[in-house]
Amino acid sequence: MLEVNHLSVGYPGRRVLEDVSLAVRPGRVLALLGPNGCGKSTLLRTLPGLLPPLGGEILLDGKPLGDYSPRQAAQKIAYLPQSRAVPSITARRMVLHGRFPYLSYPRRYRREDYEAVDRALAAAGALDLADRPLPELSGGQRQKVYLALALAQETETILMDEPTTYLDVRHQLETLALLRRLAGEGRGAAVVLHDLCLALTAADDVAVLGEGRLLALGGPKEIFQSGILARVMGVRLDRVAGPEGWRYFCELRSED
Amino acid sequence: MNSSRTFSIPTKWIVPALGALAVLSALLSLCLGAVPLDPGEVLAALLGRGGGPAARIVLYARLPRTCGCLLAGAALAAAGTIIQGVLGNPLAAPNIIGVNAGAGFCTAVCAALWPAWTAAVPFAAFLGALGGVGLVLFIGSRTGASKTTLVLAGVAVSGMFSAGIDAVLTFFPDALNGYTDFRVGGVANLSMSRVTPAFWVILAAFGLALSLAGELDVLLLGEETARSLGLPARRLRLILLALAAALAGAAVSFAGLLGFVGLIAPHIARRLAGEDSSARLLLAAALGGAALLTVCDVLARTLFAPYELPVGVVLSLLGGPFFLWLLLRQRRGRGMGRA
Repeated sequence: MLEVNHLSVGYPGRRVLEDVSLAVRPGRVLALLGPNGCGKSTLLRTLPGLLPPLGGEILLDGKPLGDYSPRQAAQKIAYLPQSRAVPSITARRMVLHGRFPYLSYPRRYRREDYEAVDRALAAAGALDLADRPLPELSGGQRQKVYLALALAQETETILMDEPTTYLDVRHQLETLALLRRLAGEGRGAAVVLHDLCLALTAADDVAVLGEGRLLALGGPKEIFQSGILARVMGVRLDRVAGPEGWRYFCELRSED
Repeated sequence: MNSSRTFSIPTKWIVPALGALAVLSALLSLCLGAVPLDPGEVLAALLGRGGGPAARIVLYARLPRTCGCLLAGAALAAAGTIIQGVLGNPLAAPNIIGVNAGAGFCTAVCAALWPAWTAAVPFAAFLGALGGVGLVLFIGSRTGASKTTLVLAGVAVSGMFSAGIDAVLTFFPDALNGYTDFRVGGVANLSMSRVTPAFWVILAAFGLALSLAGELDVLLLGEETARSLGLPARRLRLILLALAAALAGAAVSFAGLLGFVGLIAPHIARRLAGEDSSARLLLAAALGGAALLTVCDVLARTLFAPYELPVGVVLSLLGGPFFLWLLLRQRRGRGMGRA
């Protein structure tokens, strides 16, 4: 379990978020929501130690993150960044690098690594892309390959920064279904999402960020009823009962 | 695996094929010259069974020269491959980002001040190369490190070091007398005593670089992803650039300021061997660079016989147009396959 207490994140001389306490729990999907520039991505980058925290503590399975070597941490936390390079390699080779944290110097990929790669490709729905060079793939296809890269790490915790960008609606829904499946396997996920409605449907917990702090943390229903999300995003948020539970939708607030 | 490659040779045969090409070019280089020898004579001389002038030509004139070409070509090509990968910049190469000029400057200083210490030259050259790449990286990081800035900073740093070489040669006109054509790069009149120390440096640096190929692969995924996979990206980038500096510096220490092989060979290797595996790419680039430089040298001394061109001139005549072609291709946004 990845847990942060009174965490401050940002860059030297510029504090973006203060006093954030939350946890990425096994078997649960945590959605990080908030307006552009509220620090969602900065927080997500701080969680695995890619950005040094400005204050507070990060605990991985109860121990400070700093006690783990980068390699050990990478065996427990996978991170899917928002901006991704597109090297001229095949998708399978790309995903194979997800096994990097499990190898010691000099790195030689083993049979079990290749098996993990096939599993990850299949789970991300990218098995048919395995032998295609990355630059030839469309944005959505590359996204799947990156998703598979994070899955191949076979970590307990997965952090994803906008995994649904570039994806059409079916693939967005598939990605969220994948998140649910990962949670079903007992893994914990924290996801930055722009689509409030998808997030409220798919997440177990919702963290609302804004005004330089964590404004609210709770289940989707609770967050919806508190009205905080609508307020911070500056929209009207409503819901209707669908066949499989609440479905949320956003509208521009009418001038009143 | 290679459905989209322009060439149809399976990638796993590329390294052996380039190896064979390098051996072939070495044989050619040993046989051809002012006095043509047949392969039998050459082999006999190499095995120590020959005698007379043929054996002397092979052992004292052609063998050091051929070894020098193979080594310098391989080292500069490997250095170019590493630099292009680490900086994510297809236009980067040891001669463009100030590595060669830095090595050349220190070689000149070392040769001027301590002419007797030939074995120290590769290490001085390494320090110079490291200084060159360090300076360029420093300028790059201060200005935002865009791909163009790095190349421009490299041009400026190269210019400064070149001026330094000229200054040293003004005060010590004989400093580089042991080198023919230091400024464009040349391998005529090489002796084994100059090639051997560089050989050990190159062997060690290349072995280390090869052992870090997996890390280089991961570095190519971008710093953010590399670090999230547990790779200490910044430290590794420095280690790899230091190895590239050692490779390029050692080559410059005996062959002078050879340009272009460090730029062309990696690009040819990329097209032939693909970029899936940095280990394969490094091997292909090194073998291809060795073959390329050796063939250029054979051309340099046979095209206008009895006159000899410096190998650097032939290389630049071939490499210049290639670089321009690369720039034109780059403008269409296909360079190195980066989005």
